[in-house]
Amino acid sequence: MQFTDQHNEIRRTVQQFVEKEVNPHVDQWEEEGIFPAHELFKKAGDLGLLGINKPAEYGGLGLDYSYSLVAMEEWGLTGCGSIPMAVGVQTDMATPALARFGSEELKQQFLAPAVAGDMVCSIGVSEPHAGSDVAAIKTTARKRGDDYVINGTKMWITNSTQADFIVLLANTSDDQKHQNKSLIVVPTDTPGFSHSPRLNKLGMRSSDTAQLFFDDVVVPQSYRIGEEGKGFTYQMMQFQEERICGAAMTIKGLEQCINQTVEYTSQREAFGKPLLDNQYIYMRLAEMQMEVEALRAMTYRACEMYVNGEDPTLQASYAKLKCGQLTRTIPSDCLQFWGGQGYMWENPVSRAMRDMRLTSIGGGADEVMLNIIGKTMGITAKR
Amino acid sequence: MKVLVAVKRVVDYNVKVRAKADGSDVDLNNVKMAINPFCEIAVEEAVRLKEAGTATEVVAVSIGDKACQEQIRTALALGADRGIQVETEGAVEPLVVAKLLKGVVEKEEPQLVILGKQSIDGDNNQTGQMLGALAGMPQGTFASEVVIDGDKVNVTREVDGGLQTVALNLPAIVTTDLRLNEPRYASLPNIMKAKKKPLDVFSPADLGVDVTTHLTQVSVEPPAERQAGIKVEDVDQLLDKLKNEAKVI
Repeated sequence: MQFTDQHNEIRRTVQQFVEKEVNPHVDQWEEEGIFPAHELFKKAGDLGLLGINKPAEYGGLGLDYSYSLVAMEEWGLTGCGSIPMAVGVQTDMATPALARFGSEELKQQFLAPAVAGDMVCSIGVSEPHAGSDVAAIKTTARKRGDDYVINGTKMWITNSTQADFIVLLANTSDDQKHQNKSLIVVPTDTPGFSHSPRLNKLGMRSSDTAQLFFDDVVVPQSYRIGEEGKGFTYQMMQFQEERICGAAMTIKGLEQCINQTVEYTSQREAFGKPLLDNQYIYMRLAEMQMEVEALRAMTYRACEMYVNGEDPTLQASYAKLKCGQLTRTIPSDCLQFWGGQGYMWENPVSRAMRDMRLTSIGGGADEVMLNIIGKTMGITAKR
Repeated sequence: MKVLVAVKRVVDYNVKVRAKADGSDVDLNNVKMAINPFCEIAVEEAVRLKEAGTATEVVAVSIGDKACQEQIRTALALGADRGIQVETEGAVEPLVVAKLLKGVVEKEEPQLVILGKQSIDGDNNQTGQMLGALAGMPQGTFASEVVIDGDKVNVTREVDGGLQTVALNLPAIVTTDLRLNEPRYASLPNIMKAKKKPLDVFSPADLGVDVTTHLTQVSVEPPAERQAGIKVEDVDQLLDKLKNEAKVI
């Protein structure tokens, strides 16, 4: 992948933004279990960080996905996983289908303010009984006159207690499960919408996550994104951005874990010498660095295919799976080298271990990635 | 009013530098490079003068190999109007930099030249002063405030024991201190606009400057590792140690 001066400048802006506007507040936000999404997104929106690959008509920069990728990589320098995730939801998980298939009216009303940072949004796909098995969702949107009447519930929804609108996946007919779904924009001030208190999670503490309830929520059918019945397809397309983005945002976080561990083990002495002087430790750290570089290469490759207009599903699945595996091993192995210090709640590696554990689960679990890869290889079990 | 700003490519301030094994220089392999922070403050000040309507054009100049165009692009993304690279190879000492800048000053005839007070790699703090001497321009160094007043510029300087304000006749040279301003983030639309801004490349010969170096770097060593401190029993022991061991009082 060839990066231009502009890519490098975008990296620089995100680095500075993370260093000055985000990281000084992270500990406090983690403690409070929430971050000020509207305030932070407005600042990011003013710099153009929330619409890098969105069309210029809606306030975006109209650039290809490689520019979003480098920005997302730099968001990974944040001292927790929550903020990159929250930004990623806004830019690469909730809004790609809206930008691609939404009507002019819908884009003016929702996409433009999301790009500007005036509105915060969430993607509502998972349900208590259906996460990676997207087709099994039960939420319904029944037609009544020109409206949809929505009933059901969504689970583990990022940004949702602060969101202004949810991009919701719901069943809009009783057809076959891959052809009966639609993506619908639901403003959170619509009567009948409510959410649970913030969910108490293992990690990603400063990200607000909740269960959403839709009780006869009425929105006009014009709030549907694109064609009726195409929701599953749109969501699967949207998942590719989500997966590339998810991989990109963890690269620098993993490297930070490694660097922090190098720093600590070079100072911490045990049995008369710095821990780092043990061959086992520095070689394992070198191995981790190599693995992160492999992840970076896979992520860039998926991105390159996507930019070139090829179907990146397989490469995005490789990257997402590799990312899921590394986020389980690297922070955990780093923590081991920190010993008792690593077991402390506020330790950065301990936080990374908790935050990044989500990577193997969200956006399609590791097992779903394995299934996609297996299918491409033609080796999955036939039912 | 035209403002010329000098920007230098240096090791990023977050990087912990290491000396090369042979002690010949700092190891720059795989090291992140960035615009010198004092230069970034200089760019910000120039852009603010333009935004206030005082300056009409901001020109960013850098000296170095092709890689330094990246820092010129940074200056353009922050709001400079066009860039100039003077292409050189290898290390250039402050006097050569000052001579090259004098060549650019003669070409561009700016009313104001803003430079960082020093760069964070060499920490020489010489270029601005040398340029002042060579070009015969008045200088206000270590600026914490710059106010244009007709054909004068009032520069508030951070000096030992307080602030000193000097009035300089334009054209003049200002070097920036840390507290002059807080540089902005380059917004993404401005980053993309910078792509189209012109960037001219000159050789030292174009400017009639001989780049022969007069300085030789003998060796680069890491600072001595800090020894562990001790705890003193009382003030008397502290005074005794300061007087007889450290010999500072």
